[in-house]
Amino acid sequence: MAKAGDKSGGSGKKGLKRKAATEEAQEAAVGEDGTTESGVQPPTTAAFPPGFSISEIKNKQRRHLMFTRWKQQQRKEKLAAKKKLKKEREALGDKAPPKPVPKTIDNQRVYDETIVDPNDEEVAYDEATDEFASYFNRQTSPKILITTSDRPHGRTVRLCEQLSTVIPNSHVYYRRGLALKKIIPQCISRDFTDLIVINEDRKIPNGLILSHLPNGPTAHFKMSSVRLRKEIKRRGKDPTEHIPEIILNNFTTRLGHSIGRMFASLFPHNPQFIGRQVATFHNQRDYIFFRFHRYIFKSEKKVGIQELGPRFTLKLRSLQKGTFDSKYGEYEWVHKPREMDTSRRKFHL
Amino acid sequence: MAAAAARWNHVWVGTDTGILKGVNLQRKQAANFTASGQPRREEAVSALCWGAGGETQILVGCADGTVKHFSTEEGRFQGQRQCPGGEGTFRGLAQVDGTLITCVDSGILRVWHDKDKEASSDPLLELRVGPGVCRMRQDPARPHIVATGGKENALKVWDLQGSEEPLFRAKNVRNDWLDLRVPIWDQDIQFLPESQKLVTCTGYHQVRVYDPASPQRRPVLEATYGEYPLTAMTLTPEGNSVIVGNTHGQLAEIDLRQGRLLGCLKGLAGSVRGLQCHPSKPLLASCGLDRVLRIHRIRNPRGLEHKVYLKSQLNCLLLSGRDNWEDEPQEPQEPTKVPSEDTETDELWASLEAAAKRKLPNWEQTQGALQARRKKKKRPGSPSS
Repeated sequence: MAKAGDKSGGSGKKGLKRKAATEEAQEAAVGEDGTTESGVQPPTTAAFPPGFSISEIKNKQRRHLMFTRWKQQQRKEKLAAKKKLKKEREALGDKAPPKPVPKTIDNQRVYDETIVDPNDEEVAYDEATDEFASYFNRQTSPKILITTSDRPHGRTVRLCEQLSTVIPNSHVYYRRGLALKKIIPQCISRDFTDLIVINEDRKIPNGLILSHLPNGPTAHFKMSSVRLRKEIKRRGKDPTEHIPEIILNNFTTRLGHSIGRMFASLFPHNPQFIGRQVATFHNQRDYIFFRFHRYIFKSEKKVGIQELGPRFTLKLRSLQKGTFDSKYGEYEWVHKPREMDTSRRKFHL
Repeated sequence: MAAAAARWNHVWVGTDTGILKGVNLQRKQAANFTASGQPRREEAVSALCWGAGGETQILVGCADGTVKHFSTEEGRFQGQRQCPGGEGTFRGLAQVDGTLITCVDSGILRVWHDKDKEASSDPLLELRVGPGVCRMRQDPARPHIVATGGKENALKVWDLQGSEEPLFRAKNVRNDWLDLRVPIWDQDIQFLPESQKLVTCTGYHQVRVYDPASPQRRPVLEATYGEYPLTAMTLTPEGNSVIVGNTHGQLAEIDLRQGRLLGCLKGLAGSVRGLQCHPSKPLLASCGLDRVLRIHRIRNPRGLEHKVYLKSQLNCLLLSGRDNWEDEPQEPQEPTKVPSEDTETDELWASLEAAAKRKLPNWEQTQGALQARRKKKKRPGSPSS
């Protein structure tokens, strides 16, 4: 017993350890209830007293050893089960039951009653007459003003420049410590339709305020994962002046519709397909991913894409009904983490 | 027929798209009612009040200056009258003795004869209340007394049968610690029962109690809540506290005897536009810009009872004060009503309730789905392997 003990304690080889352990276990088995199972692995129920778990072994090395053995056994069983299932499926051929769909958080999303039904007339009327109606009726074309918080640093300035190449008809102005509430009437008088303010903290951009101008809603986003053009690997050449196409993915709820329309109203209505550029706003789990690509159809089904422009992620913090007025404005939706983030499967956009 | 069942609706809500919605919490149904059959933004409902004769009639004040009569017994709009004069939407609507009192944003308060056969007639009485009115409220105990208040428009109490001068004109509080004038923005007014006192909530997150019977014109009590403008207020059944809501969707109950916060209510995500408590039950109905009507229970225990998604932004609401919430007396047409509810063959009703009839998910079920399920971790070496 002492020798076996030494072996398991001293030697570094797993195989030897295992053998020693099995010898030990076998001896114990023989000792305990006399069953002579000459298998490689004696059943745990026979070897140890019932109700025993590996975590009760006080010796760390032995405990680790038992655990790795158990893990390997589990892995083997899993592989065997998989193989068996695969064989059964092959044997059945066409009659095999369909593969079960794995559960993901997106699959398990809690039913949201605000998801817009495309046939709903009331919501359709609401959307047709909201603040973006003039854009969607082709009465106004967008003119965007991009600015930052006061005294921006290099990254933010470069992000603004790159954004202005992505969004057509946009102008970047330096914010010389002016109050937004004073800028807004001036913008309105100069026919701007949208105002984008990129907020910066500790030299990196971290927030975005998007305000539709005549009297439209103001959305405040948290911005993260900002990558400028030179930080994007395998990117294409700089974007051209062509008007890009827009893709808005997954904005299903009523709030999502409002935000989606806000993004859509930033870009002119007539995408120039010769430019082959596309801006994507993809909403997944309440995070909006912005990407700007150039695509080329290699054949009917195959597309190649090159990522151009800046890339960032947005998360909506609040949607306010009028133009920017964080103190006295009325909020249509405010994100309240302690009330709204209680379930991992509930999303709002 | 849903129209006949309209009388059993518990809450009536006015929206920004001009639709009047009747919600029946017992049957968990919401029905749309429009005067012209189509929603129209020009008819956005800005004020609602009960008409003459208990709760059988509703007066709906729209943004284009018309006041429509809606009958809950019949479930349809009966008539309307133009109430021109002044600019802006209606900020208050009341009725007394067959006359209609309206007040618009620019401060013109008019009393009209309530004969809806006449298209428009001259008002019986006109008062200029001052520009920037945010609310006009009628005293439920003394229907001839109204109070008005607004932005840079101090609280004034008017007697419509008396003189042109207000009965009580509130004075602004003293200058603050920097010796600056404290701005005035009265957003909502309520009369306290069994006394002459009034409570107002302001856009500078203050709740103030005024007592016209006392010699001081300044507020008797002032309490603050939060950092955002308070937009709506209602009295609780006991009369000792008020519940206020602000533009961030926070609801709070404030005690008026001591001026302290009793508790908050969770759930709203948008600005609170309408609040009303039931006169005897501890229920609070709230509606706001997040397009959802919520019914909370105010005490034992404080929490959400019902939540109804109504697809447009909600402006104002009326909670029925009746006691027989649960019991719905059997109507003689019961057997014929049931098959027509199942088979919606009547196109007239279908056109009135555009995509309105919907079953709300059971509140209990929604709660269960939200609970995260935790799988028990399989411990290695345990006998269950």
